[in-house]
Amino acid sequence: MEIKIQTKKLNFFYGDHQALFENDLIIPTNQITAVIGPSGCGKSTHLRVYNRIFELYRDQRAEGEVLIDGKNILEPDVDVLELRRKVGMIFQKPTPFPMSVFDNTAYPLRLHYKLDKKKIAERVEQSLRGASLWDEVKDKLHSSGLALSGGQQQRLCIARAIAAEPEILLMDEPTSAIDPVATLKIEELMDTLRERFTIVIVTHNMQQAARISDQTVFFYEGRIVEYGETKQIFTNPANKQTEEYITGRFS
Amino acid sequence: MTRHFTNALSNLQSMLGTMSAYAEGALRLSGKAVAELSRSIATEVIAGDTKLDTMEIQIEEECLKILALHQPVASDLRQVITILKINNELERIGDLAVNMAELVENLDSFSDSSIEKMDFSEMLQAACGMVKDALDSLAYHNVTLAQEVIARDEKVDTIHSDNHGVVRDLILKYPAYTQYYLNGLIISRCLERVADIATNIAEDVIYLESGRIVRHRHNMENSNAS
Repeated sequence: MEIKIQTKKLNFFYGDHQALFENDLIIPTNQITAVIGPSGCGKSTHLRVYNRIFELYRDQRAEGEVLIDGKNILEPDVDVLELRRKVGMIFQKPTPFPMSVFDNTAYPLRLHYKLDKKKIAERVEQSLRGASLWDEVKDKLHSSGLALSGGQQQRLCIARAIAAEPEILLMDEPTSAIDPVATLKIEELMDTLRERFTIVIVTHNMQQAARISDQTVFFYEGRIVEYGETKQIFTNPANKQTEEYITGRFS
Repeated sequence: MTRHFTNALSNLQSMLGTMSAYAEGALRLSGKAVAELSRSIATEVIAGDTKLDTMEIQIEEECLKILALHQPVASDLRQVITILKINNELERIGDLAVNMAELVENLDSFSDSSIEKMDFSEMLQAACGMVKDALDSLAYHNVTLAQEVIARDEKVDTIHSDNHGVVRDLILKYPAYTQYYLNGLIISRCLERVADIATNIAEDVIYLESGRIVRHRHNMENSNAS
């Protein structure tokens, strides 16, 4: 198993409040890892360390190590812009920019690469096809991204994320705000994306975690309680807390 | 969801408990018909099988409903899957009880003969005991008892294997009664299958309680070693 991300004794603080405790975790390359746990357990906080997006907020700090391809990305010499290109992120609510479908997708290309117009158009099409959105938007590329349906907007965000050619995709409850049909499309898309990217998804939907992921991590109160193959976690979890959470008996 | 699921599962367990008692009863009754060469008891066993078939379908439908509506995981999933499998095993026990009962009709025509009779008492006791203990291991979550049941299967296999020699010798001795002895061998085969089913149930109980699939482990270890 090739390791893409490894956290070692990762702690996280919101000011004086410690939100993560000694998180040791291995994320394998080109697999989907689902992160589950009750609200406020630290799932999203853990994810937000991987691209240092937490640094956009005051009084938040991470301690420990987060190795991506063996390099600790918490080191001060890391190029954060390059890190965020390499580690794309999709949020719970679709966040298209107030611009056209084309410009939304081209945004990271213009930010990270110096490409001519023809090349940009090619990469936009490639990314929209990669996000299974091309057929639905090819005739309205210059309409506003905000005019798309919720599910389409989320796939537009995925197209925008993969346009930057990242290696890792972080998805923070990407289907919680969209309907079951759009959810199915995103899940099918994730299945194809795993060939090119390492995916880490936070989800509250147990069935979704069971359906789409290879590995599952269960968080509780900022600690990693159990981590293992999804089929093992959902048929025979080793930890009683995990069992209680996934069977809905958690109190 | 938990309360609905708990109620549905509890109802399912109760249905399986009823079916277990019924299947075990049919097997014992069939054994009695064989031991006493009683046509009336055999008829009773055959007539009762429809009830077991109906129960099997009801339990299967209930399991499918729970799987579709509640999508259980972990021990809840193992519980429903185990019930679904044991439900099927119990129906097969009922079928074997009927198969034995049907043979009694033929056997009892030899009842007045002075020829040597085949004795199924040890095999019956062993097979029925295995079924009872396998179902007890399910009811009481007793993995140790389930393991004991699995270990006892070999004894029934040996008796059945020995019965081949016994039947061969008896046919040579009483060639006019070949049909009687061949039917006796079929009964022996039915009881051997009942013991196999009890073993399957015990293996399902181990899976339910531990999450480990122990079925075919012996065969797999042998093939890995070679």
